[in-house]
Amino acid sequence: MMRRMLALLVVAVTLFTAGAAFAADDGFTTTYTYNYDYWTDIRESPDAYRVQTVLSASSLGLDKAMNKPQSLFVRDNDVYICDTGNNRIIQVRCENKTYQLVRVIDRITGCEPATFASPQDVFVDEEGNIYVCDTNNNRIVMMDRDLNFLKVFTKPLDATFDQSLSFLPNKLVVDVSGRVFCLATNVNKGLVKYEADTTFTGYIGANKVRYSFYDYIWKRFLSTKEQRAQQESFVPTEYANIYMDSEGFIYATNTVFSEYDLLSDVAQPIRRLNGIGNDILIKNDRYPPIGDLYWKSESQDHGPSKLVDITVLDNDIYIAIDRTRGRIFGYDSQGIMLWAFGTTGNFDGAFVSAAAIDHMGFDLLALDLLEGCVTVFTPTYYGQLIYSANEAYSRGDYDGAADLWREVLKLNANYNMAFIGVARSLLRQGEYAEAMSYFKMAHDRENYGKAFRLYRKEWVEENITWIMVVVIAVVVLALIRSAHNKMKAEVAAYERDRIKK
Amino acid sequence: MSATASKNKAGAVSARKQWWQHYLETLRYVFHVLFHPFDGFWDLVHEKRGSMAAAHTFVALFLITRVVKLMFTNFQFITVPLQYINIFEQCASLLVPFLILCVANWGMTTLFDGKGRFKDIYMAMAYALTPYVLIQLPLVLLSNIITYEEASFYLVLMNISVIWALFLVFVGLMQVHDYSPGKTLIFLFVTVLGALVIIFLILVFFSLLSDALGYFVSMYKEISFRLF
Repeated sequence: MMRRMLALLVVAVTLFTAGAAFAADDGFTTTYTYNYDYWTDIRESPDAYRVQTVLSASSLGLDKAMNKPQSLFVRDNDVYICDTGNNRIIQVRCENKTYQLVRVIDRITGCEPATFASPQDVFVDEEGNIYVCDTNNNRIVMMDRDLNFLKVFTKPLDATFDQSLSFLPNKLVVDVSGRVFCLATNVNKGLVKYEADTTFTGYIGANKVRYSFYDYIWKRFLSTKEQRAQQESFVPTEYANIYMDSEGFIYATNTVFSEYDLLSDVAQPIRRLNGIGNDILIKNDRYPPIGDLYWKSESQDHGPSKLVDITVLDNDIYIAIDRTRGRIFGYDSQGIMLWAFGTTGNFDGAFVSAAAIDHMGFDLLALDLLEGCVTVFTPTYYGQLIYSANEAYSRGDYDGAADLWREVLKLNANYNMAFIGVARSLLRQGEYAEAMSYFKMAHDRENYGKAFRLYRKEWVEENITWIMVVVIAVVVLALIRSAHNKMKAEVAAYERDRIKK
Repeated sequence: MSATASKNKAGAVSARKQWWQHYLETLRYVFHVLFHPFDGFWDLVHEKRGSMAAAHTFVALFLITRVVKLMFTNFQFITVPLQYINIFEQCASLLVPFLILCVANWGMTTLFDGKGRFKDIYMAMAYALTPYVLIQLPLVLLSNIITYEEASFYLVLMNISVIWALFLVFVGLMQVHDYSPGKTLIFLFVTVLGALVIIFLILVFFSLLSDALGYFVSMYKEISFRLF
């Protein structure tokens, strides 16, 4: 008895200590390129992008190294790098996959001051007019392709703008009709909007103010006047960056939020703003597009992904860059992650402090703030397959898309979207059983149900003879049995009657 | 001599046969309990119409149902990360709370003139689990021939099985302890509290135990480093 008790105790102790062995997967260590499977586990993946070249001051033949460049912009084949610390814009042209320095823009003809002071962002419209966020000169300046001054957008002289604050434009985008949307430091009412004639016409897309219940109670009822004066007031946070897609919608990223609000989709680090500033981003995955799904608790180098810039390809695939871990995340128009890659470090394809991203066709250009260089990524065969499959699908060529998805599956058997793509095509072709197995692989219940209903119908139609035979047999047997019982009862009654007589 | 031996043997055989018959009878009795719970549970305990063997069988069936459900229900209706599932863990996660609740209920009701002994409580609770088995096992089959759009059939039946089982637990405890419905309700609540206390005590016990073991281990290490 004693021995058995002891054995039980030992078992119990080991069970309890075994609990500690379930070490949490923090998502901190991944392969260079990865993706999340249905269970949101990290799955290594073939590389979707590889480094084509790295543009640095020396490779471009500049006189001095870039100093904290904040932004880059791509228009057709031209790359404009905003070399903030050196007060200049560097224009680079890509011809036959090689990048050549075109010119260094550091002067404007016909305006005062003629030089830039810490320019933070640059935008070039389709005619080649250049807009620069000339931050420390408190202006957005517009010039033509030959650097002749055209317009200046200055501090809004409006009651809604606190006149005691200086106007520090940070990021800007310009729509097709020349309206300027600007993100300015200290402005939390949203994007500052100017008409093409430089008049200020208000703000759009302010972040909602968020505070917790406890904060509210503490602030409203419990703290003294002196304490209240010391506390921060509840104000909306500012966006980190903006990008205008080909349809004229503004994509904005946000890096100020509580890390606990990410997975519940309260923080919404990526937004697509419509004309009145509402978020209309489509999110059809099981998790919202927030970059990494796992992170170590917030600190200097850990914490959730800090999506500092975003770019949108012509096929509505959007790509955001994370400063925390130097990673780049691609999502399709439905909000489903296509791939994620990148890391921190000092080698090609890694970042020290990622600052900006833009695209040239399917190539990605990512700017590193501290290294002062631009990494050019080009899609691998695998990356191209994903893009072409997406494109074939949105064109309506479902069978073509399925063939491409099959190729993707040969390279990466953990790609959920590919299973769904193949299954959809099989379903259209009437291969229900096959479609079911693919939908099952992707855990797509609704579509599996559809395929299964058709399969079940087909099965019943094929086997209707046998089903009918079985049903008739059961009915006939039951009838025979009841008739038999009846006869037996009648015979018994007859016998009883006879005995009575 | 040999006559008595053969007689004993015959007696043993017939005793075994009798036991078996009684076992089958108590198993079959569950159908009476399912549809006439008030009478059923009263007679189950007070008229000795149930048996512990049958109760163990129902608990085992309950665990088996759970495992079968996890393994064979179509993925349209439940999300089971099979790669992480450990059958023993699953069984323990049902069996341990079940036993703790039985113990808590027994502990609380003995203090407040409940008539049921621990055996009675265990038996009543085990019999009350049968709707889960009887409905969920066929549901596993059903789940493989209906589609996602028809999920409401599945969900309704599943809810019925759970509600029925909970109702039986309630009636069972009421009849076993000869309580009024109000008192039973209060004691259901108290039982849950008691179970939480038991779990807390278990955790405290094991954490203290591991601390104590750690103390002796470190003392042994210290001694072995210093003296040898």
